[in-house]
Amino acid sequence: MAESSLESSNMSCNSSRLMYPSRNHTHSSMPLSKQSYSVLSAFCSEGNITQCISYINQEMSSLGFPALCNELDSGGDLKAVSVLNNMYELLQLHRRSLRALEELETEQLKSASHLEHLKLCNSRLKEQLEQSRRESTGLCERERQLQMKVKSLQNCLKNEKEEVQKLQNIISSRASQYNHDMKRKEREFSKLKERLNQLLIDKKDKRLAIEVLNYVGRSDGKRSLWKTGKTEARNEGEMYQTLLNDYESRQKELLVENAELKKVLQQMKKEMVSILSPRKHSQKGETIDDSLELPGSENEEEVCDSSRETLELSCEHAREQLTNSIRQQWRRLKNHMEKLDNQASLVQNGSLGDNEVISRKSHEETVEKLKLEIQQCKDFIQTQQQLWQQQLSCPCDDETAALLNDCYMLEEKERLKEEWKLFDEQKKNFEKERRNFTEAAIRLGHERKAFEEDRAMWLKHQFLNMTPFLDRNKSQSALKSPEASEVTVAPESQYHNAFSTPKAAPAKIPSTADLYRTLRLLPDHGSPRSQPKNGNWQDSDVILSRDVSAKSGFLGAADCSIYSLVGTESSPN
Amino acid sequence: MNFSEVFKHTNQLCRVSPDGKYLATCVQYRLVVRDVSSLQILHLYTCLDQVTCMEWSSDSQFILCAMYKRALVQVWSLEQPDWHCKIDEGSAGLVSSRWSPDGRHILNTTEFHVSAESGGVAPAARQLSLPLRVTVWSLCSKSVSYIKYPKACQKGLDFSRDGRYVALAERRDCKDHVSVFVCDDWQLLRHFETDTQDLAGVEWSPNGCVLAVWDTCLEYRVLLYSLDGRLLSTYSAYEWCLGIKSIAWSPSSQFLAIGSYDEKVRILNHITWKKLIEFEHPATVSNSKAVVYKEMERRHVGGCDDLTLHHQITLGGSLFNTQSKYEICPLPVQIPVVKPDPDRANPKVGISSMAFSVDSRYLATKNDNMPSCVWVWDIQRLRLLAVLEQTAPVRCFQWDPRRPRLALCTGSSKLYIWSPAGCISVPVPVEGSFPVQSLSWHSSGQALILLSKEHLCLCYLETEAERGDVASS
Repeated sequence: MAESSLESSNMSCNSSRLMYPSRNHTHSSMPLSKQSYSVLSAFCSEGNITQCISYINQEMSSLGFPALCNELDSGGDLKAVSVLNNMYELLQLHRRSLRALEELETEQLKSASHLEHLKLCNSRLKEQLEQSRRESTGLCERERQLQMKVKSLQNCLKNEKEEVQKLQNIISSRASQYNHDMKRKEREFSKLKERLNQLLIDKKDKRLAIEVLNYVGRSDGKRSLWKTGKTEARNEGEMYQTLLNDYESRQKELLVENAELKKVLQQMKKEMVSILSPRKHSQKGETIDDSLELPGSENEEEVCDSSRETLELSCEHAREQLTNSIRQQWRRLKNHMEKLDNQASLVQNGSLGDNEVISRKSHEETVEKLKLEIQQCKDFIQTQQQLWQQQLSCPCDDETAALLNDCYMLEEKERLKEEWKLFDEQKKNFEKERRNFTEAAIRLGHERKAFEEDRAMWLKHQFLNMTPFLDRNKSQSALKSPEASEVTVAPESQYHNAFSTPKAAPAKIPSTADLYRTLRLLPDHGSPRSQPKNGNWQDSDVILSRDVSAKSGFLGAADCSIYSLVGTESSPN
Repeated sequence: MNFSEVFKHTNQLCRVSPDGKYLATCVQYRLVVRDVSSLQILHLYTCLDQVTCMEWSSDSQFILCAMYKRALVQVWSLEQPDWHCKIDEGSAGLVSSRWSPDGRHILNTTEFHVSAESGGVAPAARQLSLPLRVTVWSLCSKSVSYIKYPKACQKGLDFSRDGRYVALAERRDCKDHVSVFVCDDWQLLRHFETDTQDLAGVEWSPNGCVLAVWDTCLEYRVLLYSLDGRLLSTYSAYEWCLGIKSIAWSPSSQFLAIGSYDEKVRILNHITWKKLIEFEHPATVSNSKAVVYKEMERRHVGGCDDLTLHHQITLGGSLFNTQSKYEICPLPVQIPVVKPDPDRANPKVGISSMAFSVDSRYLATKNDNMPSCVWVWDIQRLRLLAVLEQTAPVRCFQWDPRRPRLALCTGSSKLYIWSPAGCISVPVPVEGSFPVQSLSWHSSGQALILLSKEHLCLCYLETEAERGDVASS
């Protein structure tokens, strides 16, 4: 309240000042006002100090300031403190009011601009309103027009419908008329025809005739029969006969077809049963979730039997039963298939990668193994060759050796067989022993030495057997031994040693051709038999020529497409 | 493949006798009978006028020559060349003359031609044809029978295959009827009214037990009657459109193919008489199992290395002789379609001709708005087998009476043969051009008669063994 009162006082102060024309509203600066005071100085002069003081005092008191002087002594000595206080307060008030004024002015400016903005907005909105009003009126107009159009179109439609109706009526009437006319015309025609016929008959058209040199016999050689009731009956009978024959043949066809279908059905059923039943038995033990299907499988055989009966019966009821059982089994089969599919997909997803890796690995392994085997075989072949060379280094010349070979051939074969058996046994023994040895090596290290001695002995024995100088046949059997045992073990170094010793013997080394000859792979030069080389050539020749012919045939086929070839070839005559 | 020399003929009148021994041709008013194997002239008969129709009797003993303009029919005998017979139909107009199956009766259909000048019925010079009657003339006796009320339509008369019965379409009291006669003694066996608007044709099934009756093209309706006149079934595929254009029985009587104006063939089965399948003739063939053979023409350039000198001489006459061969087109194939004129009657659209192969395995069809194509359907698998697209409109096609092979001609000087193994195009090696207008097989299936407008030539096909050789090469 105090402030408000202050404000109001300020206002009044202002208003009081406004009474003076010199007062500038906008620029109220102190020096200016001072000047104005000094210039005008109408308020206070030397003469009227007391009045002025009293006046001021009154004013001050009315404004709520402490009095400037004592009221009692109206003489007018001023209380300097209070005057100064008042002055200060007044100045403060003035300054505050000025500030307030400034604020108000800015406020006013702001509000003015706001007002302007609002006015603009207003005008714009008004414009919009106007526009939308105009639009709405336009739309209204259009709607009206459209409604008019619709109305006119409806009218049109109505007219058209009427027209269509009219036309339809016309069409139908014309159609009926046309039909009527047609019938009339046709009747006329028939009448006309009748008349013409009649006329022809009446006129006895002379031209209407047949001239035959002499009548010929019937194609079947029979004489024509008179038309009687009998022939009519016979015709009827024949007609029914043909019809009956046709139906019979058709029935036979159908019977055959039916039988075939039945056979197929039965077979299918049998197969279904056979597919389904073992599964059931196997699954009975392991799974419980199949329990739903189990009752079906139990009466399966019964159903099967009944179906067999029904096939023979083939009456309606049986057919139903049959189809039902088939359907049932089919459903079961389908379920089974679905389940299998699911399983298969699961398995595939699960182990596809593993399988592949394994197979590749094993594949590589086998390749390795095979390579190793090849290497071994090569080695053996080499050693064999060497052995043969050694064997052939004996003093007798090639021909006698061959002869001898010839003589010994059969015997050797027999012996070889026996020895082969022996060797097999030996091999088995050896392997057994080897197994024993490995086991013993692991368990009994100290026994190893003794065993090795044994083995050395055995080897020695074998080596002795193998030496060609002692017994040729025996050596051969020994020679075969590495081949036979090549896969199981490869004590190569030992064999090498064994074979390498006789190699040192000084002898002329025969060629491989000689070797072949002695082996009877290659006939002697002197023999009248055709040379194998030649034969080979012939063979290859044959193949070549065949190749060529095949090629030419192919080319020919390529050249002549069915269409063009026939066309061009067949044209000459 | 060999070709005979060229003979003259008129009016496409050239028939091989049913026993396959003789070839009869008409040249103007002369009838020439040749031996098929030697082509020597055996007999020469002279008719009274230019022959318009010629037919062999079933026992190959007689030949009928009809002269429609003069309403005359002359019959000649092979065994007795001096035997003669002349039938005069008098003032009635002769429109059709044919043998009965026994070869001893002649059925003449006569009409009255009523024109404005003579009858004065119609103001315009319009001709009204009134089918008057069918006259049955006998060569064995003096008896003459008349059958009244025959109907003039697409196929109003049909003999059963065994020759025992004849079905005749009749029109009485503005209603369609069918009469079945026994050919032996021309006795009426059955007579029944058919439920048709305007009956268009009758045709016996090959076993002679079912009669197919179809309605006019304005209405799609097929009626199947048993021999004893019972209605077995009625089939109608659609309404309010142009309907049936052609009908064909399979030789086994098992299927009835119905070709219609909607470019489809519908096949009915013989047990339920229901539709078995519908064969469409689409403008784009995209069926992956079908083979499209397209005839490719290339101009014959002189000195072509695959022709011998002899050929060049024979072909030398026509400078612009073209060679053609078939190529297999990759699918899909666009087939040229001719748009029919909607303002003209009998629009060129729809299945106009169909034929089953002798073993009933294949069906050949021709759609009129695709005139250059023949479609071959596999009846066993019920699907499209092959499409033969020719460079010219197909004039005629016919199945070999013995084997499943199809011969066709397009009015060019080439003969085309399709078989399941493939397709060939053979130029007819004749001096000058020989535009093949029509063809017919010899009953042995070993020869083809090719007819141009005025000439004919025989084409001998190789035997089975030779054919096998060609196929394997």
